[in-house]
Amino acid sequence: MTIIKSSNLWFKYSGSSEWAIREVNIEINEGEFVVLAGRSGCGKSTLMRCFNGLIPHFYEGEMIGKVEVCGLDTRENPTYILSQYAGMVFQNPDNQLFALTVEADIAFALENLSIPKEEIRERVDWALRVMGIEELRDKSSLELSGGQKQKVAIASILAMRPQILLLDEPTSSLDPFSAKQLIDTIISLNQKYKITILIAEHRLDLLLPYASRMIVIDDGRIVLDGKPREVLDKHDVMPYGVSVPRIVKVATQLKKSLGYSFNHVVPLSVEEFVEILRRWRN
Amino acid sequence: MIVFENVEYVYPNGFKALRGVNLEIESGEIVALMGENGAGKTTLLKHLNGLLKPFSGRVLVDGVDTRRTTVASLSRKVGIVFQNAEEMFFSPTIYEEIAFALNNFRYPEDVIQKRVGWALKFMELEEYRDKSPFLLSGGEKKRLALAIILAWSPEVVALDEPTVGQDILQKEKMIQIIRQANQQGKTIIISSHDVEFIADIKPRIILMSKGRIVKDGPAEEVLTDIPLLQECSLLPPQIVSLTSRLDFLGIRPKLAGPEEIAVEIARRLK
Repeated sequence: MTIIKSSNLWFKYSGSSEWAIREVNIEINEGEFVVLAGRSGCGKSTLMRCFNGLIPHFYEGEMIGKVEVCGLDTRENPTYILSQYAGMVFQNPDNQLFALTVEADIAFALENLSIPKEEIRERVDWALRVMGIEELRDKSSLELSGGQKQKVAIASILAMRPQILLLDEPTSSLDPFSAKQLIDTIISLNQKYKITILIAEHRLDLLLPYASRMIVIDDGRIVLDGKPREVLDKHDVMPYGVSVPRIVKVATQLKKSLGYSFNHVVPLSVEEFVEILRRWRN
Repeated sequence: MIVFENVEYVYPNGFKALRGVNLEIESGEIVALMGENGAGKTTLLKHLNGLLKPFSGRVLVDGVDTRRTTVASLSRKVGIVFQNAEEMFFSPTIYEEIAFALNNFRYPEDVIQKRVGWALKFMELEEYRDKSPFLLSGGEKKRLALAIILAWSPEVVALDEPTVGQDILQKEKMIQIIRQANQQGKTIIISSHDVEFIADIKPRIILMSKGRIVKDGPAEEVLTDIPLLQECSLLPPQIVSLTSRLDFLGIRPKLAGPEEIAVEIARRLK
């Protein structure tokens, strides 16, 4: 079932002469795990802002076309409604956390929606559990590491029970180990809790093995859209500023100049590549 | 030359950020400080120009104890580009942003013009000379932050997490700039947990964990020590993960470019 749909979408920020989004037609189905890739400034963040109503309600500019999220026209529904369907997580969790305790941070948005106390408690418990941070409940966000803060930020979004999670480079300030932990949690949100994921991220090596779809954006346009394996097998995405995992480069090189095509299976993880090589040798 | 002798540093809240650091950096080196967030990398960087002074032990920059001099005089030798440098821009134009420090150092006007011109050219920012720094893209802001430092030509350039939020094209550009500055004789010190970026530069690596140096050696050695990297919350470069599992092809764990590894795999598959 289609959960996000944009038809002939264009957007230009006010004060800018360039279109940030150009003619985007997209349909995303419930349960998909979509990686948005492309150079900095290509339009990834802008597109996600279109999907939770920040555009056109918060950012001023000119919007052409139509976006529907869970069947709701984003022009006709305010962000506090849309954010209950599509929640957004930003690069810097510090900008999202402010309360005295983790629990209060997660409950804040729910209190504003005047949800009954009992339900707030249930939702906060659930969000803490899903993110694996129950032990942080009574801590102050000041005591948390970057990785923990980002998990709290995601928990506070999840407490709104959105069907869609939009993540804008959520690991960019984390060290590799915390980044991997966070990405593993995001993967479990998709696999276990069936939350539709759209994520813009440069660390593709950790994401692509789990992504159902890869969309490459350049200059506001969708230039490639497909299963990660197919996109990487058929196209050179380097010129679009996509950080191709190193093992994909090794496999591409083996295919291009050395004649090993491995039946056109592009390895997306080290395990997979090792398996392919093992089979090939035997 | 930079020397750390048994340096300890404790923040006012009691956090022991450095616990006995011993270190020598020769002029002309490229050195990467690696380790998880909180390992002490940024604290160490801030000791290079005296922004922080050791609690005990000492830091010598060209033989001068950082406690016996000022940040202003050390800054001429050591320029640090902080991670959030772009949040500190304040001038109406990019030209003035770069000229600001040079004015403070009381360089004559013609020297300032020459140096700003050179820095703009080196960082490929010439076309933005009279624009506001706030109109630059993320990658351009990073380059401006570096241009500001390079303009006063310090012998040592330190970069704190230069690749955060940067895409692959911007990272490649950053590597090119680092190499060029090094070829011009600059000592480069990079604090980073971006393993793939550091793997491409292949510098001497100082691996830190919990305020201590746990390993100091060439990239080829440090980045192929998978158990040690994991202890320090770092993941090995993907090429090292791959080659560490290719025993059955007779390939040893190795840090090399994708092309080289592809050739080696092809040779072993034959």
